[in-house]
Amino acid sequence: MNIRLKGRWWYLAIFLVAIALPHIVTSRYVGQIIIMGYLFSIATLSLNLILGYAGQASLAHAGFFGIGAYGVGLLTKGGVSFWIALPLSASLAAAIGFLVGLPTLRTRGSYFAISTLCLGVIISIVAGNWVQLTGGYTGVVGIPTPTPIRVPWTVEIRFDSLLAQYYLVLAFLILTMFAMHRIVHSLTGLSFMAVRNNEMLAEAAGIDTFRVKLTAFVIADFFAGLAGGLYASIMGSISPSTASMELTFNWLVYLLIGGAATLGGPIIGAFVIPIIMESLQFLAQYRMLIFGVLLIVVIIYFPRGAMGAILQLGEKWRREWRKRQEEGPRVAASQRP
Amino acid sequence: MQQIFNGIMLGSTYAIVAVGLTLVFGILHIPNFAHGHLYMFGAYIAFFLMTIAGLGFWTSLLASVAVMGAVGVILERLAYRPLRERPHIDSFISAIGALMILETSVIVIWGPQGRRIPNPYPGIIEVLGVTMSYQRLIVIVAAVSMILLLNLFIKRTTLGATIEAVAQNREGAMLVGIDVNKVSAITFAISAGTAAAAACLVAPIFIISPTMGALLGMKAFVIVILGGLGSIPGAIVGGYILGLLEAMGGGYLSAAYKDVYAFGALIVILSLKPTGLFGKEVA
Amino acid sequence: MLLQARGLSKNFSGLVAVNSVDLDVAEGELLAIVGPNGAGKSVLFALISGIMKATGGSVYFRGEEITGLKPHLIARKGIGRTFQTTALFNQLRVVDNLAIGYRMRTSSGLFSTLLRTGKWREDTRRTMTRVAEVLEIIGLKEKAFHFASTLTQAEQRKLAIGIALMGYPKLLLLDEPTGGLTEEDTREISRLIARLHKDLKITICLIEHKMRMVMELAQRIVVLNFGSIIAEGAPEKIARDPKVIEAYLGVEHIADSQ
Repeated sequence: MNIRLKGRWWYLAIFLVAIALPHIVTSRYVGQIIIMGYLFSIATLSLNLILGYAGQASLAHAGFFGIGAYGVGLLTKGGVSFWIALPLSASLAAAIGFLVGLPTLRTRGSYFAISTLCLGVIISIVAGNWVQLTGGYTGVVGIPTPTPIRVPWTVEIRFDSLLAQYYLVLAFLILTMFAMHRIVHSLTGLSFMAVRNNEMLAEAAGIDTFRVKLTAFVIADFFAGLAGGLYASIMGSISPSTASMELTFNWLVYLLIGGAATLGGPIIGAFVIPIIMESLQFLAQYRMLIFGVLLIVVIIYFPRGAMGAILQLGEKWRREWRKRQEEGPRVAASQRP
Repeated sequence: MQQIFNGIMLGSTYAIVAVGLTLVFGILHIPNFAHGHLYMFGAYIAFFLMTIAGLGFWTSLLASVAVMGAVGVILERLAYRPLRERPHIDSFISAIGALMILETSVIVIWGPQGRRIPNPYPGIIEVLGVTMSYQRLIVIVAAVSMILLLNLFIKRTTLGATIEAVAQNREGAMLVGIDVNKVSAITFAISAGTAAAAACLVAPIFIISPTMGALLGMKAFVIVILGGLGSIPGAIVGGYILGLLEAMGGGYLSAAYKDVYAFGALIVILSLKPTGLFGKEVA
Repeated sequence: MLLQARGLSKNFSGLVAVNSVDLDVAEGELLAIVGPNGAGKSVLFALISGIMKATGGSVYFRGEEITGLKPHLIARKGIGRTFQTTALFNQLRVVDNLAIGYRMRTSSGLFSTLLRTGKWREDTRRTMTRVAEVLEIIGLKEKAFHFASTLTQAEQRKLAIGIALMGYPKLLLLDEPTGGLTEEDTREISRLIARLHKDLKITICLIEHKMRMVMELAQRIVVLNFGSIIAEGAPEKIARDPKVIEAYLGVEHIADSQ
């Protein structure tokens, strides 16, 4: 039983389901929820990179999402093509992450956590108060959908329909997963995990831990900005709540329950939990309370979340199977007269 | 001059809250992100006692301190102690869970809008052209007393010395037979209790709301980092400096942005001196 | 001289941990650093490897000054080390633990990783080759895919040495590699160290408490007490030095208790 091969079949299966989904599910409401799930998956996947893999507590994630959102919102309203505004805004988010990471990642982990907590609050304050730029608490409305792409000599792909938007976001999610997979399964990803597991040893083993942390942080912020930019164009309007601490905390819950430091975990969390909360409407006002309790319980007792539990089970089964493989011939031999 | 008075009052509050935080953070190495929310919860306990149970101001304050002290102990026991051997990031996450619980509980029970606590000492006196309300004077006097008491406690009592011992060397303290668990619990109790006291003192002056703790907690962290982790004098000095800056700068800087500047200062100083202004070198 | 320390000192606000130490380590030698608990041996290693900043003095490696450099730069120059309390990447497998030790010798960055360019493939291949080599040297081939946390104590010590070996170090600093191990495991690690020294020609600096092992392995011994060197020289000379005996309350006493 080659686990790696099995993993590939899973990816393929889910990919096919995702492609076919709009034709199976026709409810507009569900479609919007799924698109939101995809966007939040991108956000949670990127949070996973800095927090789950590199072990650094970045609590400003929604802030970078917001930077991407406001960037795209303002630029596209000003006439810039979505396809230029998006990478630009994501890069802006990454650049701000770089500037903040530079002084704060040199210090002990707690200072970075505090600094990003402050940064997150600051970004929401600025978003709400810089009225000339961000429109204050009313936010930005009337953001155009992504600029149509003209494929030479053939069709023009428009993104006004929910269907087109669905595939657009799905495409970016797949792109993000692809990038995450490549980063994590490489020496770079290994150095992230080394820094998380034992920073002092990593330094002694020749790894520039500061550079590793900064790299993880900047990449994570880029993808957060990317998700934010997509969000702005698809939702059509944004407000300071797009960059709120509450959003960061939500993603933290999705990530931890789904499974930090795994590739499937963030996506599971970003889908399953909002769906559960939607169906349990009567608990709406207790949501953050439940999340708070879950966060503490999960980090203490189930640090690798749901995905981690699944992987652990898989490991146990594999070991059992291997043991049975070895014992089989031995049992047969001992039974020979 | 008026602003200086207000600054001192504000600074007194910040100093108390920062000292409580530096005790826990500097001594137990746990960044308690929920500290600001403990402060906020303390105010609400007093609000509840004063408006529903009809207790007096000082009774409510003392009761709140006691309750919050207990909450601090519970918080340490349930959210931080299990994570002691784990990497710090796990404690951060736990702290976030705790603050979510505290904030939402308040919103669920009392609603998201601001509440008023009746002012027990209305009235003002005029000194040298400065209008001082009695309540604000009380804040200053009470806060300074608390700070002095705390200092005496740490320096002069055995328990205080024990706390210092754990701060210097946890393993060594354990070998000498010091019960680290008890020390952690007591330190948290003190930390939460003093925050609650500060909140109750200030509550009649400002409106209390579920989010009043978040920003304060943030500023407390800025103060503690700049003043040096575990340094009580640093926390006090930092608290007063921030209070004075805010009060005096209020006229020149936009109210919304003043917090932005505090954070900006943090980033700048961390870039120059990664251990904070008075911090010790991290060996 | 491979490594030279001159006047190296470390002062912890009043407490002198290392007191103006001069140390020379010749290329190819196996030097043991011994001394009672708290003598400053581990602090000395920390100063040399850059984990702690010295309050005085300087360190030279292969003629170049390395005082004050960050640990990862010192590692890259060719100094590998292990720690007194076994430091491993517990959540990772043995092969991954080792691979990290080789990362500093690879140069693929973010884009080569994302695009899986030739450079990335080359780096990955070289890493795997080196991992296989070191697995052979430390004798952990069977446990290659096990998680580091599942290894026995002795295996963990070997893995720690393996991680330090991955980057082709010229100098290995080993801090009590047999601490807490049984007699048999101690001999195994001892043999490994001897192999590294004789076959792979790696210069080794060893902190140890087990005097018998020290006497067998070391070509030269340096004795530390209260942060200063109180004696140095060949093993036989050290064993008879009155100052050393006094510091230890009887070297024979220590040797007997092993």
